[in-house]
Amino acid sequence: MDDTIRASAADLAAAMQAGEMSSVEITQAQLDRIAEVDGDLHAFLHVDADGALATAKRVDDARAAGEAVAALAGVPIAIKDVVVTRGLPTTCGSHILEGWIPPYDATIVTRLRQAGLPILGKTNMDELAMGSSTEHSAYGPSRNPWDLGRIPGGSGGGSAAAVASHQAPLAIGTDTGGSIRQPAAVTGTVGAKPTYGGVSRYGLIALASSLDQAGPVARTVLDAAMLHELLGGHDPLDSTSLDAPVPALVDAVRDADVAGLRVGVVRELGGEGYQRGVRARFDEVVGLLTDAGAEVTEVSCPHFDYALAAYYLILPSEASSNLAKFDAMRYGLRVPPDGVADPSAEQVMAATRAAGFGDEVKRRIILGTYALSSGYYDAYYGSAQKVRTLIQRDFAAAFDQADVLLSPTAPTTAFRFGEKLDDPVAMYLNDIATIPANLAGVPGISVPSGLADEDGLPTGVQVLAPARADDRVYRVGAVIEALLVERWGGTLLARAPSVTGTR
Amino acid sequence: MTAATLLSYDDALARFDPVLGLEVHVELNTASKMFCACPTTFGAAPNSQVCPVCLGLPGALPVLNERAVAAAIRIGLALNCSIAAECRFARKNYFYPDMPKNFQTSQYDEPIAYDGWTEVAVDEAAYRIEIERVHMEEDTGKSLHVGGATGRIHGASHSLVDYNRAGIPLIEIVTKPIIGTGAAAPVVARAYVTHLRELLLSLGVSDVRMEQGSLRCDANASLRLGQDAPFGTRTETKNVNSLRSVERAVRYEICRQAAVLTDGGTVTQETRHWHEDTGITTPGRSKEQAEDYRYFPEPDLAPIAPDVAWVEQLRATLPEGPGRRRSRLQAAWGFSDLDMRDVVGAGALALVEQTIGAGAAPAAAKKWWLTELARRANEQGVELAELPVGPEQVAQVQALIDTGRINDKLARSVFDGLLAGEGTPEEIVAARGLEVVSDETALGAAVDRAIEANPGAADKVRAGKAAAAGALIGAVMAEMRGQADAGRVRDLILAKLSP
Repeated sequence: MDDTIRASAADLAAAMQAGEMSSVEITQAQLDRIAEVDGDLHAFLHVDADGALATAKRVDDARAAGEAVAALAGVPIAIKDVVVTRGLPTTCGSHILEGWIPPYDATIVTRLRQAGLPILGKTNMDELAMGSSTEHSAYGPSRNPWDLGRIPGGSGGGSAAAVASHQAPLAIGTDTGGSIRQPAAVTGTVGAKPTYGGVSRYGLIALASSLDQAGPVARTVLDAAMLHELLGGHDPLDSTSLDAPVPALVDAVRDADVAGLRVGVVRELGGEGYQRGVRARFDEVVGLLTDAGAEVTEVSCPHFDYALAAYYLILPSEASSNLAKFDAMRYGLRVPPDGVADPSAEQVMAATRAAGFGDEVKRRIILGTYALSSGYYDAYYGSAQKVRTLIQRDFAAAFDQADVLLSPTAPTTAFRFGEKLDDPVAMYLNDIATIPANLAGVPGISVPSGLADEDGLPTGVQVLAPARADDRVYRVGAVIEALLVERWGGTLLARAPSVTGTR
Repeated sequence: MTAATLLSYDDALARFDPVLGLEVHVELNTASKMFCACPTTFGAAPNSQVCPVCLGLPGALPVLNERAVAAAIRIGLALNCSIAAECRFARKNYFYPDMPKNFQTSQYDEPIAYDGWTEVAVDEAAYRIEIERVHMEEDTGKSLHVGGATGRIHGASHSLVDYNRAGIPLIEIVTKPIIGTGAAAPVVARAYVTHLRELLLSLGVSDVRMEQGSLRCDANASLRLGQDAPFGTRTETKNVNSLRSVERAVRYEICRQAAVLTDGGTVTQETRHWHEDTGITTPGRSKEQAEDYRYFPEPDLAPIAPDVAWVEQLRATLPEGPGRRRSRLQAAWGFSDLDMRDVVGAGALALVEQTIGAGAAPAAAKKWWLTELARRANEQGVELAELPVGPEQVAQVQALIDTGRINDKLARSVFDGLLAGEGTPEEIVAARGLEVVSDETALGAAVDRAIEANPGAADKVRAGKAAAAGALIGAVMAEMRGQADAGRVRDLILAKLSP
């Protein structure tokens, strides 16, 4: 079982193709692992053992019958609870959706089902994808397998923890300001945010529509590329979906080479405010790439300094509108107001939203409602959109000088539970390096860069590329991964403490 | 709810100059909704035409209906508007149970068409109405308030919501301030909406049935001291949902505002509700209570950039102008100038055209709309087009006459059935037992009985006075309760009494 759960998705797929393993065996091994350790990690909000095994059996039967199956057919996957799944509870980490069973599938779920990936269950997250630690989940936080007293990142901490603790070889995450990449960095896993429009948003419970993107969470760059290729491509149900084929990501990983590639190190995403061990591991990666033939230069993106401020106006504005639909009228939680004999619809809406949303969600709804208000719109939402344009121009100028940009993924390693809970701005700052990519719609990947000397916890490096050039982040990510694995003599996760479920 | 003090209309006009503004909402007749593939059939079972998108389920996303955009552009072109090279949707945010997302996806500061005009004729005068904008939006669901006496939310024990209407494409057509109409203001308002309805009908973009809510009108009115004086404070009267009400509501507001101003008061800027039954308006929301809709560009939809070639293609599909159309139809139908004027004057041009299109002869189509149906519309105080009888059905009734299955008198009973919503003409004939008796034996026996009962009339006919047959025909028709073909009866009588 240990070998099975530690194997990469690509290896599992190859073993099934060779007839050495069945999807039922693999899926059962993952379900056993979940049963064993998830009491400690709380990566899952819901596990669907029957559904996963049924899919696994169907794939095994199809393969036995000689039918053509997708590359990842039979490889089990976990899905972040922000993604709508027909017949499976979907709470988005919030009480507001407690008990809701969606009547439809997100487009990416349809693609997973069609490709025959058994869905293990739904993973934990900060409520409605607002947070960097999963501490804002209405159902309690997930834990970091490297240190159960620390956060696994957020909002997609459940997916990252599940993959890092070998409960699933693959997971789906979503990234509005770093919610795939930052958890990947702090758990020693790989996570990619595709180009905006590269993966369908139909069926993602929207946080900020102009920033949200779903993407892969995996243990290797190749696995992430395989999953990304499966998820991506035009969806007529999403008007913001790019009408273009997915770049050849798996090929980019297999032919990875950085000789002659221009790599820009972003001056504004490093230095002060970045933990010493994070910086040290980042510098090592820069050195390795230089040795491998990349032309490394420093680039400046001066408006990145305003990215966080702009983000915290645009995101709450869109979120305040997106979350208005949670009104107790058609689905989800309904709470009658206290002491009102004959409440109006409006009173029920107010009472439900008061009871169903957590503090962070309320904070952002209030921020967004304020920022969009008549008389304040130009100063807040309007100005933030202008900053967004300036950031896009910074990226354009930087990509004139460099083929890819490089930075640490997150300024720190995983922090302890409670450390930043009472200081929202400190929490927000953990996304400082990941947010610019969302504001500009460009793709990014986080790959492990090592362990910080001071705390022995994982650090990550982020590769960014121009919109639609997702293949470049995989190419460079794969080179970094290969060079580091060679240097370490094994994967980073091989050095993680074992999680036994005995806590 | 009490009526406000009113100034007489003549006094009001003697002191003030009215300024109007009309906002008309039109439901398009596209097969599917604005942002999803759900059907738009009117009257379907509640919540049977819904999906994750129009129900506002978490995760669902809108996709713009290209045909709705085409319709909006054609409306804009027909109103001589400029078409935006690029425009966007916005979100209008407010909470209401029949709004699935609690925001309405609507155009805001970037309408698809803008700066147009159209001309409206009232009696001999022509009024040029400037068009501010034509924009696209989605309709809301429909709340049904149960348990109260009035059907309004006040006093209701609970409400039911039908989301079938949610997401149906709506076009809003907004005029610039309409000035210079003087005493004709209410009539011009009505004539504008009538004109708009005919225009939309000829474009084929909407059913424009005010009684079904597929055309809804909000009327803005204000008064100023003279033609050169600054505009006064306006009120917006909501949901004025018949042509007659447009005229009445505008007239009422002029009289009411004039009374307020004459009394030294000030008009409050507010929305007002029109009450069809009592013919008055009552205050709704004032400007201070007005919601802040927190508009911002809809991030789930890409901007619309209609291709110039496409716009020109759509322009080529516009129907001919009203003057040319009338001449063409008059020639085709063989109507006299007088006939044509009657048809146009009754607002029946499109109805007659469609009835003929559905198979009726021109004279028959004109006859039903201008006599029988005009009388009923008049009785109910509605326009012809607002009757629950359409051209298709009139043509079906005429077809029943043409095939000898019913006669003109029975047709009136079929129209009764249609107005009462009893089904198709065919069904009504069956249910009401209206078919003429064509059984020759039964008819012959009735004729014999009539001759026997009216020997005097029979003798006259025998003597060659065919006109005397009328009394006998009447007797037969009475016995058959009108359900006989009078021509056939006449033939039978003459045959039997021929010398």
